[in-house]
Amino acid sequence: MFRGRPWIVASFLLPALLLLGALVVYPIIFSLYRSLFDASGDGFVGFGNYQSLFTDPAIRKALQNNLIWIAVAPAVATGLGLIFAVLTERIRWATAFKLLIFMPMAISMLAAGIIFRLVYEADPDRGVANAVAVSVHDTFSEGAPWPGAHPRPDDGMSEEPDGAIVLDQAVSAGDSVLLPLVRVAPPAVADAEQAVPAASSSDGVTGTVWLDFTQGGGGEPGVIDDGEKALAGITVQAVQDGSVVASATTQADGTFSLPAEADGAQLRLAASNFAASYNGVDWLGPSLVTPAIIGSYVWMWAGFAMVLIAAGLAGVPREIMEAARVDGANEWQVFRRITVPLLAPVLGVVMVTLMINVLKVFDLVLIIAPGSVQPDANVLALQLYTVSFGAGSNQGLGSAIAIFLLLLVIPVMIVNVRRLRKEAQR
Amino acid sequence: MKTSVASRIASFASGGLVRAVLIVLALLWLMPTAGLLLSSFRDPRDMASSGWWTVFTDPGQLTGANYTEILQNDAITGSLWTTALITVPATLLVLVLGAMAAYAFAWLDFPGRDWWFIGVVALLVVPIQVALIPVARLFNTLGLFETTFGVVIFHAAFGLPFAIFLLRNFFAEIPRELLEAARLDGAGELRLFTRVVLPLGGPAIAALAIFQFMWVWNDMLVALVFADPSSPPMTVALQQQMRQFDSNIDVLAPGAFLSMLVPLAIFFAFQKQFVAGMMGGAVK
Repeated sequence: MFRGRPWIVASFLLPALLLLGALVVYPIIFSLYRSLFDASGDGFVGFGNYQSLFTDPAIRKALQNNLIWIAVAPAVATGLGLIFAVLTERIRWATAFKLLIFMPMAISMLAAGIIFRLVYEADPDRGVANAVAVSVHDTFSEGAPWPGAHPRPDDGMSEEPDGAIVLDQAVSAGDSVLLPLVRVAPPAVADAEQAVPAASSSDGVTGTVWLDFTQGGGGEPGVIDDGEKALAGITVQAVQDGSVVASATTQADGTFSLPAEADGAQLRLAASNFAASYNGVDWLGPSLVTPAIIGSYVWMWAGFAMVLIAAGLAGVPREIMEAARVDGANEWQVFRRITVPLLAPVLGVVMVTLMINVLKVFDLVLIIAPGSVQPDANVLALQLYTVSFGAGSNQGLGSAIAIFLLLLVIPVMIVNVRRLRKEAQR
Repeated sequence: MKTSVASRIASFASGGLVRAVLIVLALLWLMPTAGLLLSSFRDPRDMASSGWWTVFTDPGQLTGANYTEILQNDAITGSLWTTALITVPATLLVLVLGAMAAYAFAWLDFPGRDWWFIGVVALLVVPIQVALIPVARLFNTLGLFETTFGVVIFHAAFGLPFAIFLLRNFFAEIPRELLEAARLDGAGELRLFTRVVLPLGGPAIAALAIFQFMWVWNDMLVALVFADPSSPPMTVALQQQMRQFDSNIDVLAPGAFLSMLVPLAIFFAFQKQFVAGMMGGAVK
C-alpha cells in the first residue's frame, strides 16, 4: 500500500465520488424527504403516501403484480437455466445452443417488447402464439359444423342462452319434424346435398335439419323447397326432464332418426353445433397479460441463469458424480441429490440477482401491454413513472414508491457489504 | 467395464432424446426474433393479413422496402445518432472515472478507505427509479434537463458503483512488485496508473466497457425521463410509435432490428468479455 498525498488521492477519487454523491446518494435522501409531502410539495402528509401504497387501488394492483413477478419469474428463469446448463453439459454443439439462448440478453427490453407484442398478436393469422394454440386445438377437437346458424324466427323454435336450439313443442313417436335454420353463409353449403323430408317411422321420431333459404329468392319459409340445402353432421338430442335420453346425427340429406325413447321428449340441437370457431387465447387480455409478459422476461433472462449455472457446474468435481453413478445412482438421482445441492450457492446468487432485476421491470410492461390493459399489467416501477411524470404528477407518491423499492433491496445490500467485509478480513 | 448392451442402447437413446429436446428449445428461443426479422422484410399489407411464417411457402413477399423507407426517415436515423451520442461518452466516462477511483481504492492509502469502498458497494443495488424525481429537479435547476449531457452523466453515475467494484477487485490482483519497481524508477501516480495499471487491467476494462455500452444503448427509462423529446434516442423514438402498434409495424419491426444491430454485433464479437462482465456483476 502506498501512502498517497491528499491531493493525489483526491484527484483520483473525487470525480467519481462527486457524481455518485450528487446523482445517487443525494437523490435517496431527497426522495425520503419528498415522500413525506403531498403532490404540490408544500403540504406535509407524514406517512400518508406510504399508506396510499396499500390503499390506492392502482398501486395495490401494481404491488400484487410485483409479487407475482417476484414469485414466478426468477424461479422459472433459474429452473430453465439449470435444465439448459445440465442438458448441454455433454453436447458437442453446446456453445452454439448457449449462444442462441443467451442472445436475447444483448437486445433492449424495448426490442424484446416489440418482438413479443407480435408473438402475442390476438389474430391467429398473425400472432404465432395463437397460430400454434389454434392448430393444436383443432388437431384434438373438430370445429363446430355450422358456426353461427340460427333458427328461423316464429317457426316454433327458440334459442337457449348457450346457443343451443330447442323445438318448443314436445315430439311424439311417429312424428317427422322440420327444423329450418337460417344465417349460414351460402359458400359453406355449396357442396351440401338437397334436403329431403324424412320418412316417418312408427315407433321413433324423425326429421330434417336444413338451411331454409333458396338461393336467388323465392321459396316458402318452413318448407323444403327445391334447391334448399341439407345441414349434415348436426347433433340432435331428445331431452326429457333436463336429461338427454337419445341423440342422433343428421345425414348428408339432412335427415335424422331417433329411437322410441324420444317419444314425448323435447328436441334440442346442441350448442356445440353452432359454436364460433376457436380463435386462440387472449394473451394480452386483462387476466393473462402479466403471465404473458413474464414469459417474455423468462425468454430474455433464462440465458443469464444458464451461463452462471453452467460456470458453477464446471466447478463441480466430476469424481463425486462418477462415484454416485458407479454406486448405481441413475441420472435423475445424481441430478437431484448431488448436482443441485452442490449448485445451491450459485442458484441462490442467480435467484437474488433476478429478484432485484424483476423489481425494476418497466420497459417490458410499458411496451407489451396494450394501453387499455396497462392498469391490469401495472408494476411498481411503471406506476412510479406514470404517477411522477404522467398525468397525475404526484411526486410525493412517486417518491414513496421509490423508497419502497429501495427498502426491498436493502437486505441484499447488507449481504453484499457483509460478504465484502468478510473477504477483507481474510 | 461391464457396461451391458442394454444400458448402452439406453444411454444412446437418451442422448438422442436430449439432442431432440435441445433442438426444439433452440427453435423455440429463436422463433420470436426470427418472426420479427421476417416481418421487417414484409409489406405492411401482407403483415396485416397473414403471419410471417407464410414467407416459407411464398418467399416472393420478401422486400427491403421497409428498410429503404426507414433509412430515409430523418426522425429514426437521427435517433440512432442520438443513441450513439449518449452511449459513447457515457461508456468512456464510466471507464475513466471508474478506473481512477478503483486505482485509488486498490493502491492508495487514505483515511476511511475501506468504509468509502463499502459505501460504494452498498450503492450497487440501488434501483435507478429512486433517482428519477430528485435528479429531474436537480437537472431543472442546473439547466441540464432534456440535454444529452444530463443523460450521459446520469448513466455514468449509475454505472460507477459496478465499475469501481469490478475494477478494484481486478486491480488489487496486480502483483505489488510490479508497482513498487515502477515507483522506484521514479514513476508518479499518474504514470503508474496509465502505464502499468491500465494496460494490466485490460480484460476487466474491456468487459466493463461492453457491459456499460450495452446497458446505455438499450436503456429506455432514463431516456424517457431525461432526454430531449424532440430528438430522443432510438428506444424512445420507437416507443412513441407503439401507440398504434398495428399500423406502425412497418416502422417498428425494422426499427427494432436497426437498434439491435449494434448490440448484437458487439455481443457476437465479444461474448467472452460480455460473460465476464456479467459474472462480475451478478447481484447488480
